[in-house]
Amino acid sequence: MRLAPAHTQRLVVAGLWVLAAATVGVLMFIAAFILLRGLPQVTWQFLTDEPHRMGRAGGIFPIIVGTLLVTGLAVLVAAPVGVITAIYLTEYTREGRLTAIIRFGADCLAGIPSIIFGLFGFVFFVITLGMGLSALSGALTLSLMVLPTIIRTSEEAIRAVPASYREVSYGLGSTRWQMVTRVVLRSAMPGIGTGVVLAIGRSISETAAVMLTAGSALRLPRSLLDSSRTLALHFYTLSREGISMSNAYGTAAVLIVAILGINVTAYWLMRRFIGKMG
Amino acid sequence: MAGRFAAGAALAALALLPLGCKGRSQRPVSLVGSTSVQPFAELLAEEYHRRHGEREVDVQGGGSTAGIQALSSGIADIGTCSRDLKKQEAAALRPIEIARDGLAVIVHLGNPIDGLTRERVRRLFSGQVANWKELGGSDVPVRAIVREEGSGTREAFVHGVMGKVRIWRRALVQESNGSVKELVRGDPGAVGYMSLGLVGHEVKALRIDGVAPTSAEVTAGRYPLSRPFLFVVKGTPPPAAQAFIDFALSPDGQKLLAGEGLVGAQ
Amino acid sequence: MKQDRIIHAALTVVALSAIGGLALITAFIFKEGLPLIVKVGAGKFLLSSDWYPTEGKFGIFAMIVGSLAVTAGAMVIGAVFGLGCAIVLTQFCPRRAAGLLKPAIELLAGIPSVVYGFMGVVVLVPLIREHLGGPGLSVLASSIVLGIMVLPTVTSISVDALQAVPRSYWEGSIALGATRWQTTHRVMLRAARSGIVAAFILGMGRAVGETMAVIMVAGNMLDVPTSPLDAVRTLTSNIALEMGYAAGEHRQALFATGVVLFVIIMVLNAVALHVSRRRGERAAA
Repeated sequence: MRLAPAHTQRLVVAGLWVLAAATVGVLMFIAAFILLRGLPQVTWQFLTDEPHRMGRAGGIFPIIVGTLLVTGLAVLVAAPVGVITAIYLTEYTREGRLTAIIRFGADCLAGIPSIIFGLFGFVFFVITLGMGLSALSGALTLSLMVLPTIIRTSEEAIRAVPASYREVSYGLGSTRWQMVTRVVLRSAMPGIGTGVVLAIGRSISETAAVMLTAGSALRLPRSLLDSSRTLALHFYTLSREGISMSNAYGTAAVLIVAILGINVTAYWLMRRFIGKMG
Repeated sequence: MAGRFAAGAALAALALLPLGCKGRSQRPVSLVGSTSVQPFAELLAEEYHRRHGEREVDVQGGGSTAGIQALSSGIADIGTCSRDLKKQEAAALRPIEIARDGLAVIVHLGNPIDGLTRERVRRLFSGQVANWKELGGSDVPVRAIVREEGSGTREAFVHGVMGKVRIWRRALVQESNGSVKELVRGDPGAVGYMSLGLVGHEVKALRIDGVAPTSAEVTAGRYPLSRPFLFVVKGTPPPAAQAFIDFALSPDGQKLLAGEGLVGAQ
Repeated sequence: MKQDRIIHAALTVVALSAIGGLALITAFIFKEGLPLIVKVGAGKFLLSSDWYPTEGKFGIFAMIVGSLAVTAGAMVIGAVFGLGCAIVLTQFCPRRAAGLLKPAIELLAGIPSVVYGFMGVVVLVPLIREHLGGPGLSVLASSIVLGIMVLPTVTSISVDALQAVPRSYWEGSIALGATRWQTTHRVMLRAARSGIVAAFILGMGRAVGETMAVIMVAGNMLDVPTSPLDAVRTLTSNIALEMGYAAGEHRQALFATGVVLFVIIMVLNAVALHVSRRRGERAAA
């Protein structure tokens, strides 16, 4: 039975809208499930207290600090290094076989499962370099994990800047470095920012690699060489071992709100930045 | 703009420096290993810290064999283990028993079977029994749930029940006591094993060879499935670690463990 | 200028260290893993489903099938829903609805994998067990969870591909009297085809690489799954489950699994590159 094109369209569009609605529906369901059970647990005490009895009671303060240490340091290291490498690859080298190989390699490494970085980090940082289970081992492992992604997204963003921008800059007498920082980077900032936000998201959610490198200690880490636990790992442990479902939901709620917050802040900063450029 | 960026990065690095310069004198004692021992070690660590404020103990999981590995490679001061050491491990390392734990074989609360012989448990886990009705139970397919290979609980189970018989390759593998229990709680055909002290009321622990799965029977030596909880050390442990081990073996420490359903060190 | 030369040198040092570091990782993985594959024999390693590390038997066939099955299932869901959402967003969406759909998809991308795994265990697994049979922990459960996880990737890249199609194609087709759907599927999708294929391939890469969510809902059975309701173990789950305690040959076998994963990702990326290069050529034509 052949339908008139108008009918086909109505059916198909209806089907597509069902797909879209289902997608939004799944998100709403997950968010509601976690946040409704979790947000009531998130009191000031929950955020500032230490965990007791393996997390059955108490709060998650050391874990928040641990997450900041591990994830924060990872991105703090990977972002500048990644952007600089991208700048080097695009502005300071000529396009050729070598850069193509590097680009392919970075693409592959960006797609490699994070567990393999965890395996590497465990053998290299924790054991061979003797850093032990520590926030430092975890941060370095995660920074290696997100570095390829930052390099690639920054590179794409920089290459998207029109050649005319560069030519005008040179025409006005700028040095290469001035052209790069004041013209190219400014223009590529949204793209670079997206890459960094992706990197933060990936680091904060990483669990297996973190457990094997940063460990899962519940105490407040006093130095980078102390083991520490991250929010994602804490949620995993609490929910899997059945230690405390209410605290698990609370931890998940904090995690999701944090990720949301980072995304929103990033977009806001991006918009301000673009706005400033005029 | 790059100048401002570089300044910011330098500031951040400086801010982290004091963190990195912490003196090593108060380095916490680090325990790595068995997920079964972990909650009890945590309890000891908390009490120990409560009594001696400046002394801190880090307890981490990963599994018994992971604990042995961590100890051997110098990552941990004490490796925690919920099974006896293997021959090649015992050659270089020294085990200290701090408690004994029963190993419970658990089934769904609705499962009509109350007890099994070890032989039958072995057949269940080797894939030779496809349906519970073959053992006098309901008409439900058997689903065996086991722990991952590095788990001391699994090792203890293999040692105490399976012997030389291989675990069924189609068994479901879970990485924690909690998730095994959760699965058995929800699946009428499931059978698994876990730490006796953690069983609770949501699943049923079976009588084995006619003996009830209680800590009293474990103490009396009648319950056939039990395993040691070990603190394993390499050579002479650092004094801080030794102090914690002493606390675990002290009457106060042992009372704490007994209160949680464990059997005292023998 | 001297300052420029110093800056150039500094940049070179940083960039080369970064690239060197990444090359080091690659070399390390291959150095640890390849000897074991050679020792066991590539055929045996890849085609035997006997994984008994304590007995020195390392065959990852069951896990390869597991990863493939779970990824294929994930792509069915990821591709259908992902591409569907992309089409809705670019071709059929009034501004208001786009304001709801786009952030929703971006938020989906932000939810951590452990939360997805948790939702799978709490909601999906019992549902499958009670209504479809089997243990609930299954290829099906893993595929659904992974499908939802790769959906945002497929959508965002497909949206980019569709938006890159010149507006004139759309207008020309409508001017010739085609309906919006006819235009979409005969003109726009066809023009964006290579970008969409790249989206699928990258989604596949993400599905292959996911670890935590799969450990929680797959059942981790060490045998080849024979039905979607069977439990399954993937290559990544295997590494994660055994990484903590593996030593010696066993650890090398895990690195060898890493080599296999590396090769899979390399192949997927090479295909994606080839496909988008063809798009570049066609666009230039």
